[in-house]
Amino acid sequence: MHLSPHLHALEAESIHILREVAAGFEKPVMLYSIGKDSSTMLHLARKAFYPAAIPFPLMHVDTTWKFREMILFRERMAKEHKLNLIVYTNPAGHEDNVTPFTYGSARYTDIMKTEALRQALDKYGFDAAIGGARRDEEKSRAKERIFSVRASGHRWNARNQRAELWRLYNTRLGLGETMRVFPLSNWTELDVWEYILAESIPIVPLYFTKERPVIRRSGAWIMIDNPEKMVYEPGESLELRRIRFRTLGCWPLSGAIESEAESVADIVAEIRGARYSERQGRLIDSDQAGSMEKKKQAGYF
Amino acid sequence: MSGEKSLLRILSCGSVDDGKSTLIGRILYDCGILYEDQLALLEKERTSEGLPDFSCLLDGLLAEREQAITIDVAYRSFRTATRRYLVADAPGHEQYTRNMITGASHADVALLLIDATRADKGLLPQTVRHTAIASLLGIRDIIVAINKMDRVEYKQSAFALIEEEYREKICELPFRSVYCVPVSALHGDNICHKSEATHWYAGPTVLDILENWEPVNATSQPFRMPVQWVARQGDFRGLAGTVVSGELRPGQKLVVQPSGVTATVRSLASFDGNMPMAARDQSVCVQLEEDVDVSRGDILADEDVPLDVADQFAARIVCLSESALVPGRSYIFRHGTSEANATILSLSSCLDLNTLCEAPAKELKQNDIGSIKISLSRPLPFAPYNENQDLGGFLLVDRVSGNTVGAGMLQYALYRSHTIQRHNFTINKAAQATQKNQHPCVFWFTGLSASGKSTLANLAAQELYAAGRHIYTLDGDNLRHRLNRDLGFTMGDRAENIRRAGEVACLLADAGLIVLASFISPNKEERAALRERFESGEFFEIFVDTPLEVCAARDPKGLYAQAVSGKIPNFTGVSAPFDVPDNPDLHLDGTKKPEELLVQLMRFIMTQV
Repeated sequence: MHLSPHLHALEAESIHILREVAAGFEKPVMLYSIGKDSSTMLHLARKAFYPAAIPFPLMHVDTTWKFREMILFRERMAKEHKLNLIVYTNPAGHEDNVTPFTYGSARYTDIMKTEALRQALDKYGFDAAIGGARRDEEKSRAKERIFSVRASGHRWNARNQRAELWRLYNTRLGLGETMRVFPLSNWTELDVWEYILAESIPIVPLYFTKERPVIRRSGAWIMIDNPEKMVYEPGESLELRRIRFRTLGCWPLSGAIESEAESVADIVAEIRGARYSERQGRLIDSDQAGSMEKKKQAGYF
Repeated sequence: MSGEKSLLRILSCGSVDDGKSTLIGRILYDCGILYEDQLALLEKERTSEGLPDFSCLLDGLLAEREQAITIDVAYRSFRTATRRYLVADAPGHEQYTRNMITGASHADVALLLIDATRADKGLLPQTVRHTAIASLLGIRDIIVAINKMDRVEYKQSAFALIEEEYREKICELPFRSVYCVPVSALHGDNICHKSEATHWYAGPTVLDILENWEPVNATSQPFRMPVQWVARQGDFRGLAGTVVSGELRPGQKLVVQPSGVTATVRSLASFDGNMPMAARDQSVCVQLEEDVDVSRGDILADEDVPLDVADQFAARIVCLSESALVPGRSYIFRHGTSEANATILSLSSCLDLNTLCEAPAKELKQNDIGSIKISLSRPLPFAPYNENQDLGGFLLVDRVSGNTVGAGMLQYALYRSHTIQRHNFTINKAAQATQKNQHPCVFWFTGLSASGKSTLANLAAQELYAAGRHIYTLDGDNLRHRLNRDLGFTMGDRAENIRRAGEVACLLADAGLIVLASFISPNKEERAALRERFESGEFFEIFVDTPLEVCAARDPKGLYAQAVSGKIPNFTGVSAPFDVPDNPDLHLDGTKKPEELLVQLMRFIMTQV
């Protein structure tokens, strides 16, 4: 399908960035979170190195609380595209039974995502990690460079970022430093969906509306992906709703929206008329003021 | 959908408090693209006048909200029915100029704000500075939004006063268009909607100008593509990169630069099938007919119109680091997809951003824009920056920290690099080495003054000489009497001192000799640069590690006593730093007896020569 000029420009920029990562680092990795942004990145990486295979592994930091359909999709993609896929779970968090129900969402995210990611990067000795974050997602992300240096301990120093000019990315690292790279920085949610539509990129079916079992919690629809693990609060009752997800994460923390979108074209139409930003469904960002920036300083992606 | 317009990248700039973030927030609001949760935030955040605070949509860092200023570039996307926009909202404070430059290098159009309430006080330095930087980085169109018109009762006189002063100030800068628009970001006048309050203004609104913007016509430029990556799959070998100029088609004749080998395009491979043509800004994978040697860093160019190749340039440079850029010091030079070592040969001048005139300068401090002469370790194909940003823009990177310390724009190749050709002599280093039956190399002794470097080098030289080796002993003090007599002890002079000593050592090794060189060489960047001057196995760093107290107690020349009393400034260890080597090839404990150290030293040397 025809790509509009701006999607064409965004695609070329992302491909350029991915190749610079492959050429500029000794051991890069692409973080794969199974969502639409990761699906887009995977597609771009396949294009960037075509006809050769993607020259770096993909890594999924698995909290063990992802939707089952996400894991099925991950395995399908790994098989279809012969991906070198690493799955990592924080063993300490797992042994201590850190769940979204036993800990607050902030603490849970810190242990099972932030800490897990740090452990995984250290374990494999990756010097660059490619992530799917976009500048339109959140205000501190709007300020971050495409090639973003992390000091030892994976800390982000927002006030001392490298100048980033032209298409000329500085891939050099100082002692103990690693790099985070965001090839989708300049994309918006709508760009991603229009691109998925134009390029027929496969995505997890949870993005499409279906009648699903949900409860109402903190003003959001929470889908019961695994009834055996669900911990209900007083007054919560199960109901069936036609819902879909704008972002995917851990099922107890991902708010669904009521929607009639059954295809990517429907989703594009829906996003064009959307009245709420994408992250409002995520329960983790609104924990505290400037919460994303604080998470990033601590090493969250 | 052939009528679709491209992505437009905007730089919003201007002095602090002129209302940049507010203006961008207003555009987002007027275009109706804010989400309900963002509008709810607007309801909460109000200015002192009780109007919505649009800047809260942009200032994203905690420190920014606390100090009510913009520190770093914020990127914002929005779209209208016509086109998709990407705005880089640059900080207004002078200390964040490097962040502004980051934004400017990506922009097609600059949107500059000026505060109308200051009409009688003259232009602020930052207004002129931002205009100059936008122009320097190649932005050709500038929209000057004269803001806060509501606070001057929408008077034409206030607007006209600023417009006149501004146009006069910048008339020398090569903009294609300069629009001045009277606006109020807070109330939305002439941003997206024509204002009732400025009936005297017949020009377009800010959004009108953006919607109708067209790129400078860049067709019929010759083809150029820096090679990013060589893709291999079975027998397939493709050269992947982004086209930075011109067009490419199968059958086209190319030259690989700098090698000069020619080749023909067989196909343009892509994930979606072979492409009939590739244009500027497209990413491609080029398959050649011939099996020629091409790797990352090479540039593919039109055979009939190759790029100039040079290793010495005149360039403009913006200093981005906290420490000054110094002539004589070596940096990593990143250009296109290639890297080289670079030394700033000389600093011609520094741009005075208040007067927009060049002024003489000795060093470039952070945010300074200077004109320099720069020399590279190898020749590179290039284009002047004003012809092509991708082939004329470069970064200087600190070789230890890896930080970007300078952003430069190549202007022209120096006359000398065109005319000086390297001559390959038959009696070369290999021939010299064979005749002397030894492996030429350099043993570089680093350490504090009086640490014992020269003593050890001298002892080792005697042993090697006695063993029939051909050697030379280089010494910092001796070199300063002759070759380096014009150099002092400033940072720049010290760097040049070591650079010259390294070059001499290199010539001596070329002559087949084993070189023993004793130089304090306190700076690790300079030592790292030295190492890169040699092939591997040719340069060995020997750290004579003697504590300062021991050196000061020895003090054979009485220098420490003078340094401590302040008679000698910049004395290493006393009033100037010594960077302890992280990973020397040999680490000698200078408190031990010289005879003892010599045994250890000779054991090391004999395994290398």
